[in-house]
Amino acid sequence: MDLHYTAEQHAFRAEVRAWMQAHVPREALPDYDTFEGFQAHRAWEKTLNSAGYAGITWPEALGGRGASLIEWLIFEEEYWAADAPLRLNQNGIFLLGPTLMEYGTPEQKARFLPRMAACDDMWAQAWSEPGAGSDMAAVRCTAERDGDHYVLNGQKTWSTRARWADWVFGLFRTEAGSQRHHGLSYLLVPLDTPGVTLRPIRQLNGLAGFAEIFFDNVRVPADCLLGGEGEGWHVAMATAGFERGLLLRSPARYQQTAKRLLALYLANREAADRDPSIRDAVIRAVSGAEAYTLSTYRTVSMLAKGSKIGPESSTNKIFWSELDLLLHDTALRILGSRAELDTPEAKRWMEGFMFAQAGPIYAGSNEIQRNIVAERMLGMPR
Amino acid sequence: MDFTYTDDQRAFRDAMRALFMVEASPERVREGWEMEGGISPQLQALIAGQGLCALSVPEAHGGLGLADTDWALMSQEFGYYAVPDAPLNTGYLAASLIAALPDAPSFQAHWLPAIAQGQARVAISHPLCPLVADAGQADLLLVWRDEEVHAIARSEVDVSAVASVDPARRLYRVSLPTGAATRLATAAQGQALWRDLVNRASLAICGQLLGLTQRILDISIDYTAQRKQFGKPIGSFQAVKHHMADVAVKSEFAKPVLNRAAWALEQGHPLRDVYVSQARLACAEAARLAARNGIQVHGAMGYTWECDLQIFMKRIWALDAAWGDAGFHKARVANWLFSPGAEIGPGKTFI
Repeated sequence: MDLHYTAEQHAFRAEVRAWMQAHVPREALPDYDTFEGFQAHRAWEKTLNSAGYAGITWPEALGGRGASLIEWLIFEEEYWAADAPLRLNQNGIFLLGPTLMEYGTPEQKARFLPRMAACDDMWAQAWSEPGAGSDMAAVRCTAERDGDHYVLNGQKTWSTRARWADWVFGLFRTEAGSQRHHGLSYLLVPLDTPGVTLRPIRQLNGLAGFAEIFFDNVRVPADCLLGGEGEGWHVAMATAGFERGLLLRSPARYQQTAKRLLALYLANREAADRDPSIRDAVIRAVSGAEAYTLSTYRTVSMLAKGSKIGPESSTNKIFWSELDLLLHDTALRILGSRAELDTPEAKRWMEGFMFAQAGPIYAGSNEIQRNIVAERMLGMPR
Repeated sequence: MDFTYTDDQRAFRDAMRALFMVEASPERVREGWEMEGGISPQLQALIAGQGLCALSVPEAHGGLGLADTDWALMSQEFGYYAVPDAPLNTGYLAASLIAALPDAPSFQAHWLPAIAQGQARVAISHPLCPLVADAGQADLLLVWRDEEVHAIARSEVDVSAVASVDPARRLYRVSLPTGAATRLATAAQGQALWRDLVNRASLAICGQLLGLTQRILDISIDYTAQRKQFGKPIGSFQAVKHHMADVAVKSEFAKPVLNRAAWALEQGHPLRDVYVSQARLACAEAARLAARNGIQVHGAMGYTWECDLQIFMKRIWALDAAWGDAGFHKARVANWLFSPGAEIGPGKTFI
């Protein structure tokens, strides 16, 4: 056990910190679920990519910096500490990116990854369907092979940031009559293909952060198949592993929220201490953010020694989503009667609180995660 | 940056585990309840024979000179097998304290080799533990007296036993005749020694609580796979699964906090008190939930004397507040967190 950074890692942190100081916009960008916010965040992704930071862990040839996972954690720490904008293309970069790296052909990697890093292509997910939420193997969207194309039909929903996206990735049934997780394929679909219709869905905050996607005889070239035909479930599980496991929710995000929470508590201490459970919640929330950070460093150490991420990644998703609720819930309790108001401080906490409500639901509900922990990590009977 | 244990550390842990698996079965633990020391002399000798009591004794005194991260692993095995902690108290806490005495060479030369060879049993009296564990069986008592360190032979001490909910615990009310003759270190010297003694004792509790958590998970998962109702193993029901998953989540996220605490102690890190107390709070939360959910999924069977669950559950209830209760440890975290100099946030985890 050695919990020191190397001199190179310290130097890397200094480099990232200086870059962030020079480049992070002084004013917060408009919400990325508005059109002007989308444009501004896309421009920010391009700025990030100009330094090789967008897909920082990817090989240089594919638009990255070849950073180690420890360097990635350092990068994320400096990123969140600088209050830099949310990552518009996060589903592409953190979920599809690693999947492409593992299952993509050399042609697919070269074609998609550099454009993804540059945000020339903005990616959204197409997993859920009206009848396939927690039960993802109930996918009904079809993709029928027709020569060198697939012909897609059906409906996807809850597609985050699909409204102005260029591409989606998702699961389609390529084997007619197949059941459950058999006969599914992982396809990459350009949203400007004829037959694609998007219908925005307004979220709890009033903005259209989701979309439904309708596919009506949409012809997609066969080279947009990721992994083998019929192997989609296997490939999709890898994406789910990244999402729950490591990349999507780096601990720095929660540490930054914990830091803001501590400052909020100290600034309102006298009023907050009238309810002693608030003080206790602050301690638990800050310690929780620390625990998540330590756990991530532990996971990264184990990966560096050749371990793979297993079903214990489902404990991650449960932990960070419940931590996020605790952080924001505690902040609202400190704000008291001010929490509902439209002031910049209260509004930021309330927006975060609303988004935290989604955490235990998206990326596989926490009930499903608990089943996975019990069955695959603890070996309990199905 | 490396959070993993070395192959040597894991090999030593595995050897200890192999010993406990055979020699510290639930039947043996129950036999120990009837014995004077709460542990069979045979098991005590076998533990010493593995070299465990020599771990923290410096090499110059016939020990291995190992440190806190080793004990973080080892104490989990003590917890998992509910082995009474007398060997931890002597081999880890007392040995570390004696080895760190700044000005007691002849005392060290006498006691450290004896500890390393498993021939001495040492108990520790500190205000955090008003009752002294193992005082009745010890050869020597190390005593806190206004931050001074005193040492008193067992023969000089009056003890009276006090029963614990955990039938393996041996607690004693003691009267300790200290004076200039018993003093080994002044208050100025002793302050730092006691600080780390409390941290080490807490770390050993953390490890035991985590080991106990894992044991309750294991036996509860076994039980719920075998017990059938409505024609199915009850472990196939989601409500039962989620009880176990909740324990697993708490346990997974307590482990790295424990690792950091052990490392910080080993390094003499300035924030080690805080890190140890954070680990204590996390491990205790996992263990208390394991005990609660463990008995819940065992149903009425868990409420019996016969069921082995009680061995582990009662040990959690007993150890939970040993060497500082939740209030003590939370205050240590709070005093730092709410102080002007506290640095938290991204990038501050390993400062």
